[in-house]
Amino acid sequence: MTGARALGLLVLMGLAVAPFVPGVMREYTIHVLVQIFIWSFIGGAWSLMGRFGLTSLGHGAFLGLGAYTSTLLWNFFGLTPWLGAVAAMALTAGLAVIVAYPCSRFQVVGHYFGLVTLAVGEVVRLLIIAERDWTGGSLGLTVKAAGHDSLVAVQFADKRVFYYLALGLWLIGLYVWVRVDRSMARSAMEAIGEDETAAASVGIHVTRFKVGITVLSAVLTAAGGIAYAQYISYVNPDTLAGIGVSLRIVFAVVLGGMYSLLGPTVGTALTIALAEYLRVLFGLKFIGMAETIYGLLLILFIIFLPAGIYGTVRQLVRRRRPTAVAA
Amino acid sequence: MIDPVFLAEAAVNGLLLGGVLALLALGLNLIFGVIDIVWIAYVDLVMICMYAVYFIVQVYGWPIWAGGLASVALGALLGVLVHLLIITPILTSAPVNQLLATGGLLFFLQSFATFLWTTDHRSVRLTLPRLELFDMPISVARLIAFALSILAMLGLYLFLSRTYIGTAIRAVSQDREAMALMGANPQRVYLVTSAVGGAMAGVAAALLIIQYAVHPFFGAAFGPITFMICVLGGLGNMVGAFVASFIMSEVIAVSGVIWSTEMGYVIAFVVFIVMIFVRPGGILAKRG
Repeated sequence: MTGARALGLLVLMGLAVAPFVPGVMREYTIHVLVQIFIWSFIGGAWSLMGRFGLTSLGHGAFLGLGAYTSTLLWNFFGLTPWLGAVAAMALTAGLAVIVAYPCSRFQVVGHYFGLVTLAVGEVVRLLIIAERDWTGGSLGLTVKAAGHDSLVAVQFADKRVFYYLALGLWLIGLYVWVRVDRSMARSAMEAIGEDETAAASVGIHVTRFKVGITVLSAVLTAAGGIAYAQYISYVNPDTLAGIGVSLRIVFAVVLGGMYSLLGPTVGTALTIALAEYLRVLFGLKFIGMAETIYGLLLILFIIFLPAGIYGTVRQLVRRRRPTAVAA
Repeated sequence: MIDPVFLAEAAVNGLLLGGVLALLALGLNLIFGVIDIVWIAYVDLVMICMYAVYFIVQVYGWPIWAGGLASVALGALLGVLVHLLIITPILTSAPVNQLLATGGLLFFLQSFATFLWTTDHRSVRLTLPRLELFDMPISVARLIAFALSILAMLGLYLFLSRTYIGTAIRAVSQDREAMALMGANPQRVYLVTSAVGGAMAGVAAALLIIQYAVHPFFGAAFGPITFMICVLGGLGNMVGAFVASFIMSEVIAVSGVIWSTEMGYVIAFVVFIVMIFVRPGGILAKRG
């Protein structure tokens, strides 16, 4: 355990100083890493629900609502994204309650929960497109440029600033994950995931826990969406809401393994690295080929590594250990 | 105020759209009810079949009925392939993995179609006369599609109720374990179900291509609404899915005329979400 902790600290220090060591990181590497941090954070937020059997296929709803709220407030009212984020997260929390409360009250679980959340994701995406007068519809919306580096606008020319912000965000996500993992809520949520009626019968307030974890997951997802919008300084209904991005989040998490701290990060890093590699490999030739291979690999991964990469590796290590002792 | 003629026209169009949506929903519902896995990529199979009809009719110049038959055969083949290659290995996996495997198929089909055929919209042009009913123009293509989808659904009904394998399929959808105990081979039932479900996708493709242009993201446009209809009707409940199709298509068509196409879908999804809470077992289920 201490070995793992020391290794973690070492990696973290490496990540912290790397942008300033000349020749180690090009701007492109930093760009990829920022995306990995932000989407890992979002994947971690999803897994807070996913690990308890609340398989949401509509996290795009929270992502889109967050990103568009802060962007619209900045573009039209000049409200700093810091305050915009607070408003966006409050709004997202509201949406999460509207979705989670009836779902829990009426025992909408499993496939049904997945499809309800999928519908919510589509509603948000279509509303963004329908309100094209201020959201720009399916063409998307550019975050209004401040013209200079500005902490108020959260716009910086140097990608390294975003690198550290994203790194911080990612660490916050890990911290929240550990807190939930060690809390009473975890035992309660696991009991609910196993058998709701039995959990209720021993005095667990099912609705309170379910709504609570959904709100937490949704608010963090919105924060991730805002961070991504600020970094890319462009929002688009198809990349931030709807079924496509919702499925991508779930893919990355399941690929990595949703029951472990670093599972979402491993999965996200792998899918983003893969997508970037394929994109660079094919460039503007063979449009669609990169995504084709991506889809194919996802199917293969799901079939052959059902516990996710991180989960499978851990299983292998565990299986290896007793035999090593025996030998 | 909106002209009542427009509303009436929208209602008629909704009714005609409902027929094809019902066909899609029944195919998906059959698979869902029997194998208990949502094929997220179901409508993307339809998209592939639509391309097949387009190439056969528009590029190779064969008659439309030949394209339709080929589409049905291709659909059945795709259904079998999906079952053998993707579903069989994950039959006992966690539900989220099952969803994701077919979700991966969705990405694969969408982008492979983009790669092969680009994102151009392609349509099959048939020269059909236009009908007028009470001053409302009615598309003959849609009328034909509606009639044929009703026929196809009747065929499915007869297949499920009158044939031996159809009875077996219904038995599995009622109780998977009991069926195996009775000595039936579920794998064979699954295969036939997937083939029939795929064939329904092929029929739907042939009927859709004469009304809509096909493009790689066709599945993304029609997919979610198809899942909603299945759930709204009650999973595995064929009659429910049939009724739900018409409710949804009317909601989409009428509110599409009053507000906008997107708002039509938004309202349809909201109706779906509310209905799940009010009647979780589907619109025809008795409240428990």
